[in-house]
Amino acid sequence: MTNGWVDIKNTDMMLIMGGNPAENHPCGFKWAIEAKRNRNAKMIVVDPRFTRTASVADLFCQIRAGADIAFLGGVIRYAIENNRIAKDYLLNYTNAAFIVKDGFKLPEADGVFSGFDAKSQTYEKSSWNYAGGDASGKPVPEAHATVAHPSNGAPPPAPALPEKVAYDFSLQNPNCVFQLLKKHYSRYTPEMVERITGIPKDQFEKAADLFTSVRKNGDMKKAATIIYAVGWTHHTFGTQIIRTAAMLQLLLGNVGRAGGGVNALRGHSNIQGATDMAGIFDNLPGYLKVPTPADISFEAWAKRVTPKPAKPGKWDSFNYWGNTPKFAVSFLKAMYGDAATKQNDWAFEYLPKVDRNYSWVYLWDNMYNGILKGLFAFGMNGVAIGPDSRKNIEALKKADWLVVGEIYPDETSEFWKSPGITTDEMKRIQTTVYRLPCAGFAEKDGTFTNSARWLQWKNAALPMPGDCRLDQAIVAQIFLKVRELYKKDPGKFPDPVLKLTWNYTDPSNPSLAEVLKEINGKTFVDAEDPATKVQLKAGQQVPGFAWLKDDGTTACGNWIYCGSYTEAGNLTARRDAGDPSGLGIHQNWAWSWPANRRVLYNRASCDGDGKPWDPTRRQVWWNESTQKWVGNDVPDFKVDSKPKDHMGPFIMNPEGVGRIFAPLGAFADGPFPEFYEPIESPIDNPLHPQQTHNPVVKRFKTPDDKYGTPKDGYTVVCTTYRLTEHYHYWTKNNPMNVQLVPEPFVEIPVEMAEEMGLRGGEKLKVSSVRGSYIAKAMVTKRIKQMMIDGKKTYQIGIPIHWGYRGIAEDEGKTALTPANLLSPTVVDPNAYTPEFKGFLVKVERA
Amino acid sequence: MSQATLRVQKISGHAGSVPGEDTQREYTVCKLIDTTTCIGCKACEVACMEWNDLPFGETVFDNTYQTMPETRWNYWNLILFNEHVREEDGSLMWLMRKNQCMHCAEPGCLAACPADGAIIQYTNGIVDFQQANCIGCGYCITGCPFDIPKMNPKTHRVFKCTLCTDRVSEGLEPACIKSCPTGCLHFGTKDDMLDLAGKRAKQLREHSHFPNAGVYDPPGVGGTGVIYVLHDATKPEIYGGLPKDPHVPWTVKLWKGPLKWLGNVAMVGGLIGLFVHYLRYGPKAREEEDINPGGKP
Repeated sequence: MTNGWVDIKNTDMMLIMGGNPAENHPCGFKWAIEAKRNRNAKMIVVDPRFTRTASVADLFCQIRAGADIAFLGGVIRYAIENNRIAKDYLLNYTNAAFIVKDGFKLPEADGVFSGFDAKSQTYEKSSWNYAGGDASGKPVPEAHATVAHPSNGAPPPAPALPEKVAYDFSLQNPNCVFQLLKKHYSRYTPEMVERITGIPKDQFEKAADLFTSVRKNGDMKKAATIIYAVGWTHHTFGTQIIRTAAMLQLLLGNVGRAGGGVNALRGHSNIQGATDMAGIFDNLPGYLKVPTPADISFEAWAKRVTPKPAKPGKWDSFNYWGNTPKFAVSFLKAMYGDAATKQNDWAFEYLPKVDRNYSWVYLWDNMYNGILKGLFAFGMNGVAIGPDSRKNIEALKKADWLVVGEIYPDETSEFWKSPGITTDEMKRIQTTVYRLPCAGFAEKDGTFTNSARWLQWKNAALPMPGDCRLDQAIVAQIFLKVRELYKKDPGKFPDPVLKLTWNYTDPSNPSLAEVLKEINGKTFVDAEDPATKVQLKAGQQVPGFAWLKDDGTTACGNWIYCGSYTEAGNLTARRDAGDPSGLGIHQNWAWSWPANRRVLYNRASCDGDGKPWDPTRRQVWWNESTQKWVGNDVPDFKVDSKPKDHMGPFIMNPEGVGRIFAPLGAFADGPFPEFYEPIESPIDNPLHPQQTHNPVVKRFKTPDDKYGTPKDGYTVVCTTYRLTEHYHYWTKNNPMNVQLVPEPFVEIPVEMAEEMGLRGGEKLKVSSVRGSYIAKAMVTKRIKQMMIDGKKTYQIGIPIHWGYRGIAEDEGKTALTPANLLSPTVVDPNAYTPEFKGFLVKVERA
Repeated sequence: MSQATLRVQKISGHAGSVPGEDTQREYTVCKLIDTTTCIGCKACEVACMEWNDLPFGETVFDNTYQTMPETRWNYWNLILFNEHVREEDGSLMWLMRKNQCMHCAEPGCLAACPADGAIIQYTNGIVDFQQANCIGCGYCITGCPFDIPKMNPKTHRVFKCTLCTDRVSEGLEPACIKSCPTGCLHFGTKDDMLDLAGKRAKQLREHSHFPNAGVYDPPGVGGTGVIYVLHDATKPEIYGGLPKDPHVPWTVKLWKGPLKWLGNVAMVGGLIGLFVHYLRYGPKAREEEDINPGGKP
């Protein structure tokens, strides 16, 4: 979230889309209700189903799963057409006025942006760039001297942003970002939105009018928020849906403001923490980019991943990622301590270099193809999670070993007796399965990082039963064993293992408080902050990331968590509910990254002079007498940067401003989001039928990777989701949850049931080209028949919570098939999230 | 059921005055349920089971998100889910109403109950069943206009929501209130809750598309200790059959009013019959009965 849970209470307008917070985040949803109750805030819900969130909304639109970019693009068009935009904000805080270089082409004709190579299904992105500008902002012709290919065969240097960007503050230049945006979304008319999304034109216009009404007559006081969850990520264009939302919020001047923002509701209590700590293959902790084999030295890596400012000449840009080397060296010092020196390149060679895609479905594909030999499965149930559970089961059959750390036997640990496997076949499965009893969440201490970026320390509530062990104890003991083996037989390259810092009181069971201290980081030498004269002694915890150095005198495991465990103690354990400003900032409750700041980019909550857009919701402001940014929240800005210096509020971008146009390699599939159909779609893309799908999305090639089409009879759009009453694939083992919702079901529209002569409670079989799922029908008015591009289309929904292990399963109440037998293995090209939503099925009586 | 230290105001089947009646003034407590902010999360259902130590029961899928068709002797708090199409514009509403004992000011169950002390009403308005005194006749079930009390078929004792008398008598809110994540449940004095409900209904009338929003506190039963804010107070039936104008059934009124003497005659007759039966057959061996619903099955 750019903002936070509590901040939602400050909003005037909510667009909830790609998420169902009333059902999946009921506790956090209280703040949405607070906004309704205390501010008469309006709530718009756009979802394939009329959900429990929709039940308390002011306006509901039923959208076809996967049509979100068409809807949001339509709202962008509506906002521009009706002048419901934040003009000053747009001009000064976004790249709307920046001029894009000649040669950039929109996908209006053929569905692809400039630079597309059909053979490799990738873009050459050098045309996705700003034009360089002269002192007055006019574009200067590109240097004609082409970069000669170095004769040693090294690749040419990657194109970079121009240091001085060309701009047109009148926003009239046809190549300026605003005009390109306007042109790009001019095709997303209400009629087009209706054809693609299935939302009748008048309803769409009602929604667009209501949402953009916060900028009626140019008023800047009100704020609107966009709230989403995995419903937006589970697509082959998921990242771009979220981009569209971010662009809309920039257009309306809602980012950085109390009650505004783009707010991802994370799906687990600690999934934000997992992301922050690099539970993703292409990040290091704190979103540092991983080195690749091409990064031959620390310097080469640092140079590649450290951006340089790129902005209009007369503006200023903080370019905070310019500090990357400080964070990177401190990270290496935290990893390898004394073994990381300037002489050995901070032990850069110890860091694994990521040579290919190690994301979720690629790992399973590798295992399926015999490349990956073993798997540790902790805190997740890979077979049930899918996609394409059958493929994952087949993959596990080929693995040498599988270690499952869980509190229950699950679909993954029992893959070898999944339905359909005969006793004979079982005997032939050679995978060795180790089941390790782990501790449940209430049996562990540590922090949860919530969606609002708050690290909240919790204590263990219960002792672990039996022989259970903590996750960190299991990992530590495996590591110590491996290190012992390396000591005995060093092999080719033992240093990364032998020299890893492991200074815990109990090395075989590190305390998480010690780990958090290590993540926060410390200084190795006495240090003083020149501005505040605060002094630190060697060995002390650093109070924040501004103290981190690139000379090896500091260590820090994750720079964005720096400040969470200081000499003042464990700040994540704070529980002071005080909120003097009344804005829900709660400065002394737990600790929020970065720097205990609650709303990101909060400089944008003020106008150019540093005065809050809304004086009743004062977050930060410029204090003329002290010549500093001050406020109720921690200013997300260079505190002494005078408003007249025009430093951009989006300090993490080299431009200093929000990106309506995302240049160069920011995204794999385009600098503006374009609507593409899901990989399995009931129609051709009405915008450009010759390019129906996201052109850079690649299909997998194993025999288990099949994709259905309407021609083969797969005409029903299927979406998957979660219920309030269950938690993923765990609570099917808990009698209380099972009592609340006892059995799997499939939600289908009344019209469809009537057509099939089916009554609620009767069994039906849902089949995709990959597999089938049998469950009872829930016939409901909450999913209506839709008209998609003039074609009658049905949409159905399947809650995912069952499989072949659980109470209902053991009682013989289910068909023992996980819902993800249906979903396809195909992923978003930026985030690699599978397309769990909006695939095609057929439905028949079982 | 409870071991509450509350003052009694009314007692079922009790001859003579209520001990301690009118000796102390007490506020009437009230639960406010704002159906317009209920998200049907069922936290209140779970909290009710956990606090009251109710055993799990079996449920079956019934084409709905609703946990079971109606409250059970061991499931006192049930959210009713109803899909409703508005006549005004054809738009869909998914109504969720937390259903439980309404704690009527004039409880039909208590009026109908013939067993001395099986149903009592405290001065704070809570209507509470005392299973130790229950004779299993089921008259309370007939007497309730909301179809709430349910009998345990094994023990022939009747159960329902106690409004967490054990918590309330200690100054705590009922368990369901504490668990509600959206704050659609409130607890306080009846006056305060009516005030809050009235304000919310006004807000809905003025700022949402619900011109008929209002408060449900039916006068036919003297008002209730559980009140609702409804999107459309003119149609309480759409919320899973909430009666528009509930009354204590006339049979009960008749029986406990003008015809009470008939009952007394019958009772005397019954006693004579009992005496004759005893003389003829002797005492009956009493079967062990478990009247504690919290006992593990």
